[in-house]
Amino acid sequence: MEELIVTLVTFDGAVNWTVGFLTTVSIFAILALALNVQWSVGILNFGVAAFFMVGAYVSAVLTLPAPEGLESYVAGWGLPIPVGWLFAAIAGAVLAILLGIPTLRLRDDFLAIATIGVAAILRSIANSVEGLVNRSRGLNGIDGLLEDQVQGGGYRWVELVIALVALAAVYWLVSRASASPWGRTLRAIRDNEDTAKASGKNTVRFRMGAFMLGAMLMGLAGAIYAHRSGTISPLTFSDLLGTFFVWTMLIVGGSGNHRGAVLGAVVVGFFWFGTPLIQESLPDWLGSRVFQVRQLLIGLLIVIFLLWRPQGLLAERDRVSRFVTSGPGGELPEGWLDKGLRRLRAARSR
Amino acid sequence: MGIIVGSIIALGAMGLTLIFGVLGIGDFAHGDKMGWGMFLAFFVVSSEGANLGFAGGRFGSLSFGWGLVVGLLVAMVGVAALSVIMERLVYRRLRAAGGGFFIFAIASLGMSIMLRAAIQLIWGPSNFRYTPGIHPAVEILGGIRVKPDQFFIVGVTVLAAILLYWLLYRTRFGKAMRATSDNPALAEASGIDTDRIRTGTWIVGGILAALAGVMLGLQAEVRFDAGFRLLLPLFAAMILGGIGNPWGALIGGLTVGIAQEVSTQWISTGLKPGIPFVIVIAVLLLRPRGMFGQSR
Repeated sequence: MEELIVTLVTFDGAVNWTVGFLTTVSIFAILALALNVQWSVGILNFGVAAFFMVGAYVSAVLTLPAPEGLESYVAGWGLPIPVGWLFAAIAGAVLAILLGIPTLRLRDDFLAIATIGVAAILRSIANSVEGLVNRSRGLNGIDGLLEDQVQGGGYRWVELVIALVALAAVYWLVSRASASPWGRTLRAIRDNEDTAKASGKNTVRFRMGAFMLGAMLMGLAGAIYAHRSGTISPLTFSDLLGTFFVWTMLIVGGSGNHRGAVLGAVVVGFFWFGTPLIQESLPDWLGSRVFQVRQLLIGLLIVIFLLWRPQGLLAERDRVSRFVTSGPGGELPEGWLDKGLRRLRAARSR
Repeated sequence: MGIIVGSIIALGAMGLTLIFGVLGIGDFAHGDKMGWGMFLAFFVVSSEGANLGFAGGRFGSLSFGWGLVVGLLVAMVGVAALSVIMERLVYRRLRAAGGGFFIFAIASLGMSIMLRAAIQLIWGPSNFRYTPGIHPAVEILGGIRVKPDQFFIVGVTVLAAILLYWLLYRTRFGKAMRATSDNPALAEASGIDTDRIRTGTWIVGGILAALAGVMLGLQAEVRFDAGFRLLLPLFAAMILGGIGNPWGALIGGLTVGIAQEVSTQWISTGLKPGIPFVIVIAVLLLRPRGMFGQSR
């Protein structure tokens, strides 16, 4: 994803930068929302980059024309882009099932461990299996949605609209899902798994559902990214940007709240993609190290927010429905996080 | 080959499993602590260290001399100190506020990013070696070629395992550690200073991470993300051996290392990183408590 940054620096003019920035941030906001769907039920996914990558590659190979010359990749059926998006989402869900089956019925922590290396493994598969996805050469010339309909240089605006519409649709979907009986059951499972079980809920199935929904959205984000950037390679999907960056967005924005996830994406995204802009005006000793300092701060933000503002910039609203007239009598909002964080909040407010 | 890599994984996994068992923290920064150990030793043996008068000299056919021994000590002290600082500044506060496994995991992830970024900030993204040049391998039984350094790596692992055994089973401190691991509340009620035990566990875990890091640097290249890349094998070894069980982690580490190397007979080398993952999934499906785990 480094080339993304380069593109941003070389854009001339604040408008063009803003258009590019908002498009990128919208894609990351979808990732943050998707991660929130999982995290909100206590699914610790440290492999966001893997789902993002699978979505991008699946959509790319399905919509690209058949390989020529030095190229060698599977599929290449030249399918319409929306079909690519659909299969990207399905591919994300399939990966979720594969990872979820052995881990979700066990202790909470195993999924985190199982996901930590998945992106690296997928990168090494993409890099080393001949004839799968062009190895390290990556896939190039991926068409953008509606690109052939637009004349001249206005396509950037179309990309922005596509990303914003997708973000709005995803936001609507996850908000509906959270407010639905299904979402409220997930909340009940998170707050007290035993009572949820006692009420006859198959908690493993519900958690698997949340894991799959998040994974589908991550796959979709990958597809949008692939068609936007036009070129992807295994290096594009680093753990830093694909996974840790998204986690920082979620923790900073407020992990109990879908608006928080979007806000976090904008704030952290602005910090990340904005720093190259001021690089020139920084003193030399700092300017030359700005990329590493930026990475350090991404980690620091996670720790600082956990310590001093665990609820993030926007806290969770505890009313599950506007028909409920009062929250639980004078108590703090119930957290999205595990029991521990709820106590953490209680301790902070004292 | 597998035994060498396995020894390094085992060293790291023993620390990881101890921290998980005693403190209940899945330390996702453990790989990057190895990275720090690796680079602290590199600092001593590299030219900066030479100016301080450490480097130079070699032991027999080994590729290093006193420089690396000093480097190893510096790395152990440094990483142990780093771990204790993290405990004091972050984990203790989160624990006091009632944070659970998830919060610890995310915090450790944040610190992992910081540690890795700090290495890049100080030493840059290039690869280094402790000592330049080619180190020839010598032939032992059956035509297997081994570098003298590799004997050293296995020796350090064996020694570390013996010392750890002595610490855990022959000292009061170790007994208290095991008690805290089994039941923290009961340990506290029996008059064990659990805060001291936690600090001690971080120190032991840090020393093991530093050892693993330096051995990894000796075996392969000194690289900013080398420790992080080993994170999944470490966790695989830990799960294979049963969480909180250092002997399990030792055997688990060797198993993962050997499985990785043997796998290249059938699959492409590029796919080797997938082996620990397959092991994790297989263990979780078949024996979630690890090879030696009993069901409670």
